[in-house]
Amino acid sequence: MKGKKSINYIKNEYIGRTLVTICGFLIVLTTLAIIIFICQKGMQSFLDSKLSLGEFLTSDKWSPNNKSYGALVFIAGSTAVSLGAVIISAPIGIAIAIFNNHIAPKFGARFLKPVLELLVGIPSVVYGFLGVVILVPMLRENFGGVGFSLIAGVIVLSIMILPTIASIADDAIRGVSPAYLEASYGLGSTRWQAVSRVVVPAAKTGIMTGVVLGLARAFGEALAVQMVIGNTVKLPDGLYSPTSTLTGILSMDMSNTLNGTAWNNALWTLAMILLLISFLFILIIRVISKKGAQA
Amino acid sequence: MVKGFKVTMAALVMAGALAGCGNSKESGAEKEKSGAKTEEISGTLTAAGSTALQPLAEEAANEITGKNPNLSVTVQGGGSGTGVNQVAAGAIDIGNSDVPSADKIEDKTQADKLVDTKVAGIAFALVVNKDVKVESLKEEQIQGIFSGKYKNWKEVGGNDEKINVINRPASSGTRATFEKTIMKDVKVDDSIGTAQDSSGAVEQSINTTPGSVSYLAMSYFVGDKKDSLKTLKINDVEPTIENVSAEKYPFWSYEYMITNGEPKDAAKEFINFVSGEEFAAKVEEMGYIPMSELE
Repeated sequence: MKGKKSINYIKNEYIGRTLVTICGFLIVLTTLAIIIFICQKGMQSFLDSKLSLGEFLTSDKWSPNNKSYGALVFIAGSTAVSLGAVIISAPIGIAIAIFNNHIAPKFGARFLKPVLELLVGIPSVVYGFLGVVILVPMLRENFGGVGFSLIAGVIVLSIMILPTIASIADDAIRGVSPAYLEASYGLGSTRWQAVSRVVVPAAKTGIMTGVVLGLARAFGEALAVQMVIGNTVKLPDGLYSPTSTLTGILSMDMSNTLNGTAWNNALWTLAMILLLISFLFILIIRVISKKGAQA
Repeated sequence: MVKGFKVTMAALVMAGALAGCGNSKESGAEKEKSGAKTEEISGTLTAAGSTALQPLAEEAANEITGKNPNLSVTVQGGGSGTGVNQVAAGAIDIGNSDVPSADKIEDKTQADKLVDTKVAGIAFALVVNKDVKVESLKEEQIQGIFSGKYKNWKEVGGNDEKINVINRPASSGTRATFEKTIMKDVKVDDSIGTAQDSSGAVEQSINTTPGSVSYLAMSYFVGDKKDSLKTLKINDVEPTIENVSAEKYPFWSYEYMITNGEPKDAAKEFINFVSGEEFAAKVEEMGYIPMSELE
């Protein structure tokens, strides 16, 4: 009897533990494998195809048929469109979070939250399509040009990342201890004073995390932006001129180039840059949350 | 649990191995039969690549498998680069491409192994928004428009309206043909106008952007798309099969099916079927040019 029991014990304890451990290692291995693969492919531009790193990062001449590979347009385009989207989305997202928690909690829980969740569920191609059909003609009629533009990308992206920022900010604001609010009221502040001077500063860390996550999502989004931004290989003259992004050029050219060619290698390098920038964002989030934990 | 998992894994591995075996056995059986032409063709074929050739290849696959129930043909898209890549790697039997494989591959030894077979021709047309009052353009004028020399339609005999160029990405097969047959030594300026990823996106942009001009394959204008866009004549010649075969219309190219080594067995039968007399009427109906018209 005793022996049997210990077998069962071993089964229950160790098999479960082994499976869970394997899964843990598997995800680490997968991530590492992807990183190593992309970096290895990305380095080929410089090792095999002898492109210069300086030129790659600083030249705005991208013309693979004439052997010039400068990625500045794409890096600048991706950065501009993501930052623009965050500038529009962050204030609105934070406002929604405040409204949800302190102005109208019931309405927020019943209507606003489900609506935000729906917004997350809409596929990016639908956003892109709406952008092409509604936004682009509207921009063209009101502001001239072709309509396909940086601002079109910014607007589409800002709607896409709004739920990310809003829901994380919402959690952050809900996490602020009610004691802070009560203390603030006790000192005679109005509701708006309490929210803006006490609650929001106290939730700063969580809100920043949401904003950086939104930025990361904006950076990685390919399809919807590619559909409305125009994909012109040129630094934008302004908000209403078309440009390209890293993800856009990758999705357009990857399937039509051949493994091992300088062109293909250059695209892998773009993918590597994209990955490194995402890492940068993750690093920023970690630094922010560490600071938050210390405070 | 672990045992179950192992068994599942083993089953998967076995299934994979069996599938592999099945494949080679079938093609072995096919080899015996291919001597007599009236015999049924059997085996499994996979083809991938050019999205321009995909509809034709799919139709041919439907017809040939209808006649030969033991043959299965899978046709996928992915782009000409994917087609050449995959066939060079041995992952598929036939790579579909808009350009000869040698144009894509830098590695000479690899290029020598691949065999390109012309299966059809495809004509392209310049398309413009309906508000453009031009019916025909000379090659010099087209070169001027896409290199940025002409910026207004009145410079090429049209109304006073800004020209909005819509390009395909630099790696696209359609773009490659455009550069080879029309632009010749003049470089397309990627910093003017916008770029769209697919024929559908080009149609959408042309329809909604005033003064826009781009290029599309004639196989796009079949069925209900027939009169969806205004096409231009080049040097006063209409883009028709007769004009291409009389060498009056310059903007066309061959479509290629690429095999690793000389095509044999089922691949050979399939390629012969696509380019053969029996299928020619369908080729014409679908907007391509049958090989018989081109020789």
